[in-house]
Amino acid sequence: MATLHLQKHVDYIKSLDKKSDFDSLVTEHLRMSGAYWGLTAMDLMGHLADMDANEIVAWLLKCQHDCGGFGGNHGHDPHVIYTLNAVQILALFDKLNAVDADKIASYIAGLQNEDGSFAGDEWGEIDTRFSYCAICCLSLLKRLDKIDLKKATDFVARCKNFDGGFGCTPGGESHAGQIFCCVAALAIAGALHHVDKDLLGWWLCERQVKSGGLNGRPEKLPDVCYSWWVLSSLVIMNRVHWIDKKKLEEFILDCQDSENGGISDRPDDAVDVFHTFFGVAGLSLLEYPGVKAIDPAYALPVDIVDRIFYGQENGFTDKL
Amino acid sequence: MDREEGEDWEPLRARAAWADVVPIPQDDGPRPVVPIAYTDQFREVMDYFRAILAKDERSSRALELTAEVIALNSANYTVWHFRRLVLEALRSNLEEELDFIESVAENNFKNYQIWHHRRWVAQKLGVGAVSGELEFTEIVLLDDAKNYHAWSHRQWVLQELGGWEGELDFCSRLLEKDVYNNSAWNQRYFVVTKSPLIGGLQAMREHEVHYCVDAIKAAPMNESPWRYLRGLFKGDQDALAHNPLVVAACIEEIRKDASCVQALSLLVDLLCAGFRPTPSDTELLHQPVSSPADLASNVCTHLENVDAMRARYWAWRRSLLPSTTPVS
Ligand SMILES: [Zn+2]
Repeated sequence: MATLHLQKHVDYIKSLDKKSDFDSLVTEHLRMSGAYWGLTAMDLMGHLADMDANEIVAWLLKCQHDCGGFGGNHGHDPHVIYTLNAVQILALFDKLNAVDADKIASYIAGLQNEDGSFAGDEWGEIDTRFSYCAICCLSLLKRLDKIDLKKATDFVARCKNFDGGFGCTPGGESHAGQIFCCVAALAIAGALHHVDKDLLGWWLCERQVKSGGLNGRPEKLPDVCYSWWVLSSLVIMNRVHWIDKKKLEEFILDCQDSENGGISDRPDDAVDVFHTFFGVAGLSLLEYPGVKAIDPAYALPVDIVDRIFYGQENGFTDKL
Repeated sequence: MDREEGEDWEPLRARAAWADVVPIPQDDGPRPVVPIAYTDQFREVMDYFRAILAKDERSSRALELTAEVIALNSANYTVWHFRRLVLEALRSNLEEELDFIESVAENNFKNYQIWHHRRWVAQKLGVGAVSGELEFTEIVLLDDAKNYHAWSHRQWVLQELGGWEGELDFCSRLLEKDVYNNSAWNQRYFVVTKSPLIGGLQAMREHEVHYCVDAIKAAPMNESPWRYLRGLFKGDQDALAHNPLVVAACIEEIRKDASCVQALSLLVDLLCAGFRPTPSDTELLHQPVSSPADLASNVCTHLENVDAMRARYWAWRRSLLPSTTPVS
């Protein structure tokens, strides 16, 4: 019976931070996301204190542009994804007061289109992923009043398909990653009435394949990262008991590198920080012992979310 | 960075046509955290591009320079944007621009900038662009049936410029090639519900039920057509439960394979929506039952075994059934 090699994963993530070839593991332009994945995994495993908060925050602040948005690294264009990741990292370190929330909020508000959708950056690609980034980020900054939230959620609702799932834009095929973004955005915005929970819940639980892992669309291979996207949506909709949690847990544990730490997409593949985070986060949602609870919508540890919204470390209520 | 640096590339500083331009080097800040290893060619092209951008020079040499930048880094936002400004200023032939995009896009169909640019050109060309755009996306989709950008572009073309006439056949062609292609099923639903030419979901329902039932017979475990079938009756469960073709297909698949989860699951839905089984239907699972609710309950129990991973889903479905005949 496999168990979680927690200390090895901690060491693996710490080694990434020190390696000079970090960029070969996490593409340079999305280093902000890499930092968010690694740091959140560290916090879930109870080892955030091993990381140098001051150094990371100093680097992070250099990625902010005059417009308020953050780039994926120093010298890279701002994007709503990295802006959310930066705010999530600041939340982890309890350093949200190091930035001007209004400035970030005005950057994000500027990305909203007339139809309620969001562009990812000034060049205009539209995707419900960006709706999630905008809503999640503004909620963490307590600035949801800076956008037209009704229009934002109405746009997300327009991306709902006949199978109950959601796509990138109206008419786009359902995909588990997209479903997480839409369901979590609607949950944060208090608009879950747009979700057909029974129909979508069934679609999501059909993602579980014989090996116990979850895939992202029909006829695709299972992948550890869907442990997060499928599971978080099911948790938000209170339908997580519809899948076989034990078999999923075994699948995730099978994807560990038991020698050098880290988690891969499928058993015996090469590990990376992305799948390490989603594997640990998936185990967190499965209430694996020794892993802190993660909030399924904000994708941050529950105690961090509680600190932001209730000013205390211990959660006492289910916001969703 | 896309490395397409030619051996015989002539530096810009050596070209007579560029003699009057002073290149502007990148300002990396006092101490860049991540020193980026640019090649000399990349650095020089970018330095000249910065100079042209600063002058806002919308000339044919500027257009050629943007092509050089794009060849080195097709994900650079700024260059595509500037290229559009130049194309407008020069009133360039946009048909040629489509050829340019195709030459750049080769093996690069996941780059948003290229699709965004293509949409801009197609919008400018208007209705005349329809057949070319449908052909282009078809080529991409035949190679990568799940390419999201291509589907998105195709849906945009249909809705903005038209070209719906052949779209249902296009979906059929893709499904003939691979009946499991969920993206093609999604597109089929898009056509049936959005095409202005075929009268909408209601008008197309019988036709589509026939199509769908054939697809189910070909691959009964394929979840896509089963979902599509339900989609055809969205908001009209009553019509679903009383459609003879649907009912017959469902029963037939269960007779062929009593562990066909998709068929059993549809049977539960049909029973819940008012389908009255014949006496021979009720014996499907080799257990005589006295009411549709009893049959539904038996099917759910059966599903808890054959689809054990989702046992709790089926138990939940069973719990929603109207009270069944007590077991004697
Ligand atoms: Zn993955």
